[in-house]
Amino acid sequence: MAKKIMTVDDSASVRQMVCFTLQEAGYDVVEASDGADALAKLQSNPVNMIITDLNMPVMDGITLIRNVRAGNISKFVPIIMLTTESQDTKKIEGKNAGATGWIVKPFKPEQLLAVVKKVL
Amino acid sequence: MIDRHIQAFIIEANELLTDLENSLLSLEEDTTNNELIGKIFRALHTIKGSGGMFGFDEIAMFLHDIETVYDYVRNGEMPVTKELIDLTLKAKDQIALMLEEHDGVKRTDDDLGKKIIMTFKSYVSELKKEKTEAPADVKIEHAVPGDIQRTYKVTFQPDKEIFMSGTNPIKLIEELKTLGELTYSVKTSEIPPLDTIQPELCYAGFNIIINSHSQLDDIKDVFIFVEDRCTLNIEILDETGHITNANLALISEKIDGNQELNADTINKIIKEDKQLKANNGTARHLDDKSKDEHLSSLRVSAEKLDYLVNLVSELVIVQARLSQTVTKLNNTDLYTISEEVERLTWELRDSALNIRMLPIGTTFSKFKRLVRDLSAELGKEVELTTEGAETELDKTVIERLNDPLVHIIRNSIDHGVESPDIRTKNNKPRVGNIQLSAEQSGGYVLVRIKDDGKGIDKDAVREKAISLGLISPDVELKDSELFALIFHPGFSTAKKVTNVSGRGVGMDVVRQAIETLRGNVEVDSKPGEGTVITLKLPLTLAIIDGLLVKIGSDMFVLPLSIVEECIEISKEKLNDLHGRNIIDVRGEIIPFIKLREKFDITEDSPDIQQIVIAGVKNQRLGFMVDSVVGQHQTVLKNLGKAFKDVEGISGATILGDGNVALIIDINKMAEIEEADNLKL
Repeated sequence: MAKKIMTVDDSASVRQMVCFTLQEAGYDVVEASDGADALAKLQSNPVNMIITDLNMPVMDGITLIRNVRAGNISKFVPIIMLTTESQDTKKIEGKNAGATGWIVKPFKPEQLLAVVKKVL
Repeated sequence: MIDRHIQAFIIEANELLTDLENSLLSLEEDTTNNELIGKIFRALHTIKGSGGMFGFDEIAMFLHDIETVYDYVRNGEMPVTKELIDLTLKAKDQIALMLEEHDGVKRTDDDLGKKIIMTFKSYVSELKKEKTEAPADVKIEHAVPGDIQRTYKVTFQPDKEIFMSGTNPIKLIEELKTLGELTYSVKTSEIPPLDTIQPELCYAGFNIIINSHSQLDDIKDVFIFVEDRCTLNIEILDETGHITNANLALISEKIDGNQELNADTINKIIKEDKQLKANNGTARHLDDKSKDEHLSSLRVSAEKLDYLVNLVSELVIVQARLSQTVTKLNNTDLYTISEEVERLTWELRDSALNIRMLPIGTTFSKFKRLVRDLSAELGKEVELTTEGAETELDKTVIERLNDPLVHIIRNSIDHGVESPDIRTKNNKPRVGNIQLSAEQSGGYVLVRIKDDGKGIDKDAVREKAISLGLISPDVELKDSELFALIFHPGFSTAKKVTNVSGRGVGMDVVRQAIETLRGNVEVDSKPGEGTVITLKLPLTLAIIDGLLVKIGSDMFVLPLSIVEECIEISKEKLNDLHGRNIIDVRGEIIPFIKLREKFDITEDSPDIQQIVIAGVKNQRLGFMVDSVVGQHQTVLKNLGKAFKDVEGISGATILGDGNVALIIDINKMAEIEEADNLKL
């Protein structure tokens, strides 16, 4: 069965790009527009991996990571955060919250796949 | 990048710009509204992030400092001023134009753009009180493979909480494997006793040795996500390439994960191995001379060894008694001592038996000559290849194996391998091949004699069997059953009797000899492809693994080697059989022998009895007993002169409680049963 990855981003275009790249590579993809949306979808739809943006309305990526790690569903799944280089502090914060790794924006599809293969 | 992704981005960016404008205008009226500031920051951030991804690098660079400024605003380190909002609105217009420029038509005013950027940059530098950083430019560094192979040592101890970051340490090792050949050992010293283990923690550490053409940084990159979640140490052990991939396998054999690994240890391992190989080489070359050389071995007479093995056997029996007594007494201190004695006894037993072990190769080498002479005599071309010559077997077993092997090899050359002309005609290599191989499998050694000749002629075997009255003409036989017929006394399908074989004594003798060694023979053959004869031999003769069973108050031992399974049978089921001794096991009809009747045991049988099913001469045969007690290390004792002719019993053993159990000779028992049935 194909592994399922959730992409969390408030930007539909980034989601679409992530989604398209992963589907091409044979993964199933679930989309969520922010942290809260992601948490709600995880309840009924556990995934093998989460790729999340950090800056999002309603619930940001860091809070999402903390919630996933504290909960029971998908507790140990790899979580990759999408950061920009100006956000080194964010990267550390995200790691402390329990993120597995990160991808620096902007990134190319092959970089995304390389990171997914690294952790999943 | 696919065009529709870009279109999607432009639409989204324009929406975000509209949001941005509205938020900025609202912010002008309510300059401390954090929600609005957050929204503005996110909009800028998203456009910047996605922009870079979809090829709008200019926009990403343009927004870099603006985003930084708003990060300060968000953190309350910079006030919202009208000036800032004006400038941001101008920047927004600029971005909108840059987005439109995607069609290739220049619309932006470069000077204005520069002015906006410079102003934002000045804000940043003022806030940072240090030099502005260069706009984020994207560099993708590709691993440049180095020319030379290096050996790295990676010590990787993940933090206990590493699973909480969704990291699977094994994945990292798998990723390392893509960089080169590696071996690793697991450090287990941190693993607590089972009852205190917390399954969500990672206790293991890894010592990895990898041969790779990659640079040190590439190796480090594998651990990039976990560098602050583990203790990681990567060092170059060797750059000369003298630690080969073959050495890696050797290292992994020699070390355990809790051992400190360094260049010295590894060099030592490699050196020792080289020496060992060199020694083996010389030992082989100097076989004849070696008697004079001072080698670390000495000759001991076989009697002394036999005596030692006998003593050890006695010790095993006494030890079994000790264990049994201790269990009865229920004394913990004594129990600990008894366990220790047990462990030592097993070790002593194994090493005593091991002294008697010889490599089977000593026998193999004799056959080269045999094959050479025989094939010349018969006008055939045959070569003998051997495999597993280092497999060790009990000295007595090897000695008694000689004659059966001679018979089998003779048969293969005479009946199996075709003459060179026929072989060439059948598209086979002119020179026939006989392969003699030995391998250890559990407590047994399998010796195979495989030829690539014409195989056994099933029809001829069948005809012969019918003419000898062994089978009736209408009986259907499985291949294995048919092949088993060739072991009957006086059975030979050869039309003419040669000097070498064909008198029909060979295979019969082979089977008897192997069975005396408590082994068995199997034949498999494919027409045109050849025949394989497999001899399954016990590693040693003095002590066997037995299955202890009980009938009434008597104990018996069945050799575990040929026991295949045990099944239950209830009294009702037994009555349903109406006295016929056959049972249906998963669709297969298996005959069984009631040992109770054989031994005239008159005590009442229990409601549920057991049938031990053994593989005898390619067939399955059951033995009905009251109950199965369990596995038993059985020291064989013969019954002495008075009982040496008792058939169906191969000896006796003394149990832990001092009682004697008879060891059943399953093969003989089956034969007797077969003979009895024929009489009926």
